[in-house]
Amino acid sequence: MNKFTTALTAGVLAFAPMTLLAEDSSDPIVIPIHNWSSQIVMSHVVGQIFESMGNNVEFVTTDSQAVYESVRLGDVTLELEVWEGAFGASFRAALEKGGLHDAGDHDAVTREDWWYPMWTKEACPGLPSWEALNECAAVFATAETGDKGRYLDGPVDWLKHGQERVEALGMDFVVVNAGSAAALWAEIGAAEADKRPVVVFNWTPNFAEAVWPGEFVEFPEWVDGCDKDPAVGPNKDALYDCGNPADGYLKKAAWDGMKDKWPGAYDVLTKISFTNPQIAEMARLVDVEEMEPEEAAAEWLEANPDVWQGWTS
Amino acid sequence: MADVANTLKDTAPAIGHWTRGKLALVLVGLAIALTILHHLGLLQDVLFRIPEAMVPPFALWLDAVFNFIKDDLGLLVFTRTLTEGLEWLLDVTANLMFGKRRWPFLGPIPWTAVAAVAAVIGYYLGGWRMAALGAGTFIWTALIGQWKIAMETMSVLMVAAPLAFFIGLGLGILAWKYAVVNRAIKPILSVLQTLPFFTYLLPAVIFFKVGPTAGAVATTIYAIPPMILMTTLGLQKVPSEVVEAGNMSGCTKWQLLRHVYLPSARTEILVGVNQVIMLCLAMVVLTAFIGMPGLGAKLLAMMGSFKLGRSFEIGVTIVLLAVTLDRMSKAWVVKQPEHFERDTPWWRKHITLLTGLAVFVFFCITSQFVDVFAEIGRKQNFSQGKEIDTLIKQFLALDPVQNTTGAIRYVLNVWILNPFRDFLLSIPTPAFILFVVAFALALGGKRPAIYGAIFFSLVALSGWWDRSVITLYSVISAVTLALLIGVPLGIAAARSERWSQRVLLACDTAQTFPSFIYLIPAIMLFGITATSVVMSILIFAMVPLTRYTIEGLRTVPPEMTEAADMAGATRMQKLWKVQLPLALPTMAVGFNQAIMFAFFMVIIAAFIGTQDLGQELQRTLAGTDLGKNFVLGICVSLMALTFDLTIMKWAADQKKALGLPE
Repeated sequence: MNKFTTALTAGVLAFAPMTLLAEDSSDPIVIPIHNWSSQIVMSHVVGQIFESMGNNVEFVTTDSQAVYESVRLGDVTLELEVWEGAFGASFRAALEKGGLHDAGDHDAVTREDWWYPMWTKEACPGLPSWEALNECAAVFATAETGDKGRYLDGPVDWLKHGQERVEALGMDFVVVNAGSAAALWAEIGAAEADKRPVVVFNWTPNFAEAVWPGEFVEFPEWVDGCDKDPAVGPNKDALYDCGNPADGYLKKAAWDGMKDKWPGAYDVLTKISFTNPQIAEMARLVDVEEMEPEEAAAEWLEANPDVWQGWTS
Repeated sequence: MADVANTLKDTAPAIGHWTRGKLALVLVGLAIALTILHHLGLLQDVLFRIPEAMVPPFALWLDAVFNFIKDDLGLLVFTRTLTEGLEWLLDVTANLMFGKRRWPFLGPIPWTAVAAVAAVIGYYLGGWRMAALGAGTFIWTALIGQWKIAMETMSVLMVAAPLAFFIGLGLGILAWKYAVVNRAIKPILSVLQTLPFFTYLLPAVIFFKVGPTAGAVATTIYAIPPMILMTTLGLQKVPSEVVEAGNMSGCTKWQLLRHVYLPSARTEILVGVNQVIMLCLAMVVLTAFIGMPGLGAKLLAMMGSFKLGRSFEIGVTIVLLAVTLDRMSKAWVVKQPEHFERDTPWWRKHITLLTGLAVFVFFCITSQFVDVFAEIGRKQNFSQGKEIDTLIKQFLALDPVQNTTGAIRYVLNVWILNPFRDFLLSIPTPAFILFVVAFALALGGKRPAIYGAIFFSLVALSGWWDRSVITLYSVISAVTLALLIGVPLGIAAARSERWSQRVLLACDTAQTFPSFIYLIPAIMLFGITATSVVMSILIFAMVPLTRYTIEGLRTVPPEMTEAADMAGATRMQKLWKVQLPLALPTMAVGFNQAIMFAFFMVIIAAFIGTQDLGQELQRTLAGTDLGKNFVLGICVSLMALTFDLTIMKWAADQKKALGLPE
């Protein structure tokens, strides 16, 4: 074999993946967007990366729980933010039915737990420990809860087990469920006016961190099985006697057909991975700088070429 | 003076009334006895609530039926084929309105051209004022930086509204022509009108794909019923002389429909068009849950990141669009077709069309050279989101505001609402049904009472009794409060023409303003409590009460009030003895609508945080529980229908007794 053919073979081998990648369908890749900023901007960031590769991209607004059914059917091609806590159940249910699969994790970790804005600490200096929180339960009382404190939990369908935890740890709190994320923000916003202490359900990464600095309450650390085995955790007779895991996953999900229809884009999707600060920055551009999501995405791409250019080459 | 109310009551079918009343009292007594027995702990559990084991698995059965229809009968394949056609249509409008990259690749139409055309249409329909309203709405939308999202919304409505119109017109004609169709359609329409919107959304997604297609379908279905009703009504009213004239000139059946019936029913049909447009706009925000792009989706995103100011601006845009379209379509109802003399030149007959075309072309060409005419960028718009945010927050933080709302919240929650809820929940199921039947019997008579018994028994069998009772409790509390505020407001406003107009405008605005926006201030003022829920329903439920009170009082025949004046009645006497009794049937219609609106809003209030049917419905949206979704929706519908049937029957009886026109 002479040098020429070697070079040719090497060349063909080197380009083989490229030719495969170039076969992305010209049909639009449908990316779902939901109603929180970081997800919207991230979707536009990824959409613009796909567009820079020559793909057509379309965005569709959907419910963040119902979207897994749509991904499964191929109506929507992918989902960029699968939160372990909030959407794990819907994701797993769709996974079992088939039609979508796990396309890898982001570097970012997610945490969802009891949280308070910083001004609360003035009324209850012992925070963030949960015992200290329980000591000053009366500070969190409202007209309806009597002497007990009120903890504002997320919507019931997020399945946060606030009630179970209050019982397991014997806390002097009444759990009230908000009906939506907007309801949570409205309560924090109302409390902000007169710096009233509140403890609510919150999560990270989230725009709220930029608007209201705050901390998570430190509960007994999460141990595997805390939700299944009563013996695990401080209370030997109860479930949910620990805090939530401080490092939940943030996944991407893809429609099974994506791999064959848009191999190039699929390859990039599996490589994509954002960190907590990157996600927070995306949310900040929209929530604090008041940009439109498309502009925020363009700005982010321009400012961070080293992050994403590695994924497309 | 003669007591008009009493004399009129004597002419009412009094004999039937009395036995009905007695029977109702007996039922109430029985119900009270059951409740007391329960409170004494003497009632068996089986009589308190239907045991879990006896609840039939309706959801499972329905799921099986749906799956059979969906997969085995191939409905899914069929609807998905329809979806493709619909998608093609939506892509065309999307390309024209906001430049989505689809055939015919012409759009987006510059905002100046749209505004100018709106002005020309406005001028044609209602003169300069209407022209200013039309152009002003679109200029506001562009200047505030919402052009693209507003056009995303319009691109779907432009398909959904005509669809609803044609389907409604077709079904309306069929219902008028064939009594069978009419009988079949009536109950379906009643159920459709009371079914919570969440129940439309899930099937729309499953059958028509998440996104604008599902949004368009849900909007269309929601908007069809009034179109059918108005078409049938209009056709029935066509005078027989006109039809005879048509027959004499030798019309075929089709010609008779096209050239005689439909033009004669023009007014009713156009009122139907107006209703279709208003209902379409009412769905703008709700359909955002199933992927409808545009104003609604943006509003939800803004609320999710606590941007009150921007949400408020979107609300204003929706109201402006609604008011403009409403006024224009109403002007169209009033405007009679123009007739020209024989030799009028062609251009004069079509002057509006030509002017519209001319300004359209003019602005399309200009915008090629002047960028601002084509699109207003983010940096150039006049959105005051942040400033409004600060204003709202400052207002809500004022001490007097906080103290007042704090007091209201305490009194309502601790003393009234929560005890009332606990009391309702403590009534045994059979006793509760007896109360409802007694109410229906006393007001509406035998038929509503029988329906009420069947409907509420079904609700009890559905296994969602407690949640249904909580839903009903929110509705009753809110409507009661709305009565206490809305009716006096209506009475006060009805005293002068000017105030009537002002209050009616406020009613229109409150009704079209997206109800979601009320939720956030309600929470900030009253916390996540029952008070917030009741307050947000209250705003919505007050609208029809006030409106129909004004309407009822102002349509009291002038002979009656003059007679009262001559008899030397004081203003109070005139109001209590003459005007209110005569206005009562109309006010009852308002009361009925208030209840329907309250049932609608209580489901939305799930976003504040409730423990009722709305919360469960919201939960089903996340999955594919079609069966459960339907059971919950039907529960709401059945309760609402019981009230609807009873009150409307009462209002009709009263009107007949008082000799008032329909």
